[in-house]
Amino acid sequence: MSAGQSAGLGLLAVILAALPFVLDNPYHFEIAILVCLNATVCVGLNLLIGYAGQISLGHAGFFALGGYASAILTLSYDWPPLGALAAGALGVAVLAHVVARPILQLKGHYLAMGTLGLGVIISIALNREVELTGGPDGTIVPPFSVLGWMPFESLEWYAITAGLMFVTVWLSLNLIGSPIGRALRALHGSEVAAETLGVNTASHKNLLFVASAVLAAVCGSLYAHFSGFITPTEGAFHHSIELVTMVVLGGMASVFGAVVGAALLTIAPQVLTVFHDYESIVFGAVLMGMMIVLPRGLVPGLVRLVQSVGFGR
Amino acid sequence: MTAALLQYLISGVTIGAIYALVGLGFSIIYNASKVINFAQGEFVMIGGMAAVFLVADGLPMVAALPLAVLLAVLVGIGLERVAIAPARGASVVTLIIITIGASILLRGTAQLVWDRNFHTLPGIGGGMPIEVLGATILPQAVLVICATMAIVAALFWFFKATRTGQAMLATSYDPTAALLVGIDTRRVLTLAFALAGGLGAIAGILITPIGMTYAGVGVMLGLKGFSAAMVGGLGSPMGAIAGGLVVGIAEALTAGYLSSAYKDAVAFVIILLVLVTRPSGLFGRRDGISL
Amino acid sequence: MSRLEVEGLVKRFGPFAAIDQLSFVVEPGTIQSIIGPNGAGKTTLFNLVSGLLHPDAGRVCFDGGEITGRPAHRVVRSGIARTFQNVQVFFNMTVLENVMVGGHLACDRRLLPILLRLPGHFASERRCRDRALALLDQVGLAGLGDRPADALPYGALKRLEIARALAAEPKLLMLDEPAAGLNPAETDAIDTLIQEIAARGITVLLVEHDMRLVRGVSDRILVLNRGRRLAAGRWDEIRHNPEVVAAYLGAEGRNR
Repeated sequence: MSAGQSAGLGLLAVILAALPFVLDNPYHFEIAILVCLNATVCVGLNLLIGYAGQISLGHAGFFALGGYASAILTLSYDWPPLGALAAGALGVAVLAHVVARPILQLKGHYLAMGTLGLGVIISIALNREVELTGGPDGTIVPPFSVLGWMPFESLEWYAITAGLMFVTVWLSLNLIGSPIGRALRALHGSEVAAETLGVNTASHKNLLFVASAVLAAVCGSLYAHFSGFITPTEGAFHHSIELVTMVVLGGMASVFGAVVGAALLTIAPQVLTVFHDYESIVFGAVLMGMMIVLPRGLVPGLVRLVQSVGFGR
Repeated sequence: MTAALLQYLISGVTIGAIYALVGLGFSIIYNASKVINFAQGEFVMIGGMAAVFLVADGLPMVAALPLAVLLAVLVGIGLERVAIAPARGASVVTLIIITIGASILLRGTAQLVWDRNFHTLPGIGGGMPIEVLGATILPQAVLVICATMAIVAALFWFFKATRTGQAMLATSYDPTAALLVGIDTRRVLTLAFALAGGLGAIAGILITPIGMTYAGVGVMLGLKGFSAAMVGGLGSPMGAIAGGLVVGIAEALTAGYLSSAYKDAVAFVIILLVLVTRPSGLFGRRDGISL
Repeated sequence: MSRLEVEGLVKRFGPFAAIDQLSFVVEPGTIQSIIGPNGAGKTTLFNLVSGLLHPDAGRVCFDGGEITGRPAHRVVRSGIARTFQNVQVFFNMTVLENVMVGGHLACDRRLLPILLRLPGHFASERRCRDRALALLDQVGLAGLGDRPADALPYGALKRLEIARALAAEPKLLMLDEPAAGLNPAETDAIDTLIQEIAARGITVLLVEHDMRLVRGVSDRILVLNRGRRLAAGRWDEIRHNPEVVAAYLGAEGRNR
């Protein structure tokens, strides 16, 4: 881990620890919890997209499958929430593993289309299997509990999600600096070269695809329990795009970028409601403008800016 | 039995023609710029909505429809000038996000300028179905199919016989070489977005009497047009047309014989099957390993 | 036992045979060059030996064991590394990281120690890093390790690829046109580098168009034409071979 990354991790820890003292109402906590969940998904997604160069426009599908697994297993089959979460994660792992090999041999726009198609199919199934999922109206989800302990207070939920996010960031940073992380970035740079140096590119891509899908599923489960409700929109194409946008806006191949992007795009709609009817116009325009001005994303773009100012002196 | 099949084929070809027009737009922009324009569906929406509201404002059809197409053409040009040109050289994913931002912006604008409701346009022939071998076909569907064929023919003439069309083709094969022989590749790019805007708008106007329109109509139509373009092989205009028809017919047959609930999933099941078995599409160039 | 033994190798692209019944051997500790006109099948041969392509017929044996049809990431385990004609540097990484990827197989890649930063892992990382630094030094890129790879000039990228391939600790190093696009001074430096590599006991298989380089370093030369073996031998044996002269060397060959 580089000095910059250690400093970033420390800063993140301080911010996460300080936030509960700043947030003064349940609504603010709710947003903070959503930021943590989205950030966790995005850190995983950024490993896949930013570091390994494999775009996915279907990860919301995995998020929703995790959420629905929790909803259905706890509600209709009386499973303990933790068991349902694990089962959902396992099911998504199996699904991701099965589709990974054929889909991840695709590149660029074709991979984008393949993952998009997968996500849309999942989303349509969630809409249509009304008996199982409740259809477009969604379904209620019983409260979460771990061995009898039931997080009810916002602070408890915040502790769970912030902890999950922090651990994910830490593990990701460890991975990136390792031989496996180098192999992932190498196959982004040149798949054939990586392959001739002993990197089993197919299995590396698959592993990462499965891991990021599982992370999304776990967050989907927690989201479903936290909000007490889940609808197929969580798995819709639009949500996949939102996740990718968080990654790209924050900065590709930047773990902290994914966190910053998730935070911004989760908070932005809450703030933008002041624009009423102009909300999506402002959102679309800001999105375009940011990507044109900072095509590498916020965090790498700002790091570069600071460096160039530093060298300029 | 055969009458039912014929009926499904008719509706499949009709909707397939629309997907083909949208897919053509994807292909033309992709060829000129290697950009996948996720705002392609919004051109369709603009065409339909603009036509509806211009007609509602009292304009006669002959004036309203060309104006609606013109609007989409201008939006296409604006999109290229404002968002795509300044981002030259950005990564594929960044460009995808930019066009997605544009699609959100355009949808939001449409909801504001027009409204959030469903609308339709009167079709030709008063919507009275014509009977053919036990199946029925709407005059508007005949128009969709004929208009699509005419547009495709005109496009092929344009690419074959005009200097501008040739310049666009040359740019798609090798932008650097095209620049070297004096082609204004900047203009080609703008023209591609204008053409794609126009094609989308025409598709939107044609489909509105059959399928209704609203501010969000472009999302699904865009995605299905994208899969049509890709089923045929990204960047191949012929492929986009074939892909559109394949997707449209498969969708109609699925709705008729299997399950209408999963109709919308058909395009994506097809694209997954095609991608997995033939990774560069049915008509795409098949490359070996690329070093 | 030969280091590399290719026997009856065939690779077709559609009706066209890029490699057609090709057989040859490479002896340990030698530098062998493969020359031939464009389209002779040199790069295809490299892709077949390194496992990026699979042959339609024939055998590839390395140190007596058959490696035909093995995937590329397993071929390198037996001791074959290569560079690429059009550089395949990881431009999204630093120079040092590029070379460290070359040492991928030698690194500790167990997931749990990596994720939890267990101490044993760091020793392996340090070794990997030190080796990569030494290799950068050896190819003349000392001090450039922290630069992003995309900031290097072309000549340096060629050397970086060689350092990266050496990091895989190969017994056979395959160089695909290492001097292409280089000026005479840079080419001379590559000449020296190849001889140094060979002096350390690494067998070298070289594809190159620069005849001065080929003549200077090669123990043996294999001449390919349309995927077939046209001739093989020392430089002075093949340079007067009328078929070789006709197919490839032309006036250039006669003048030397």
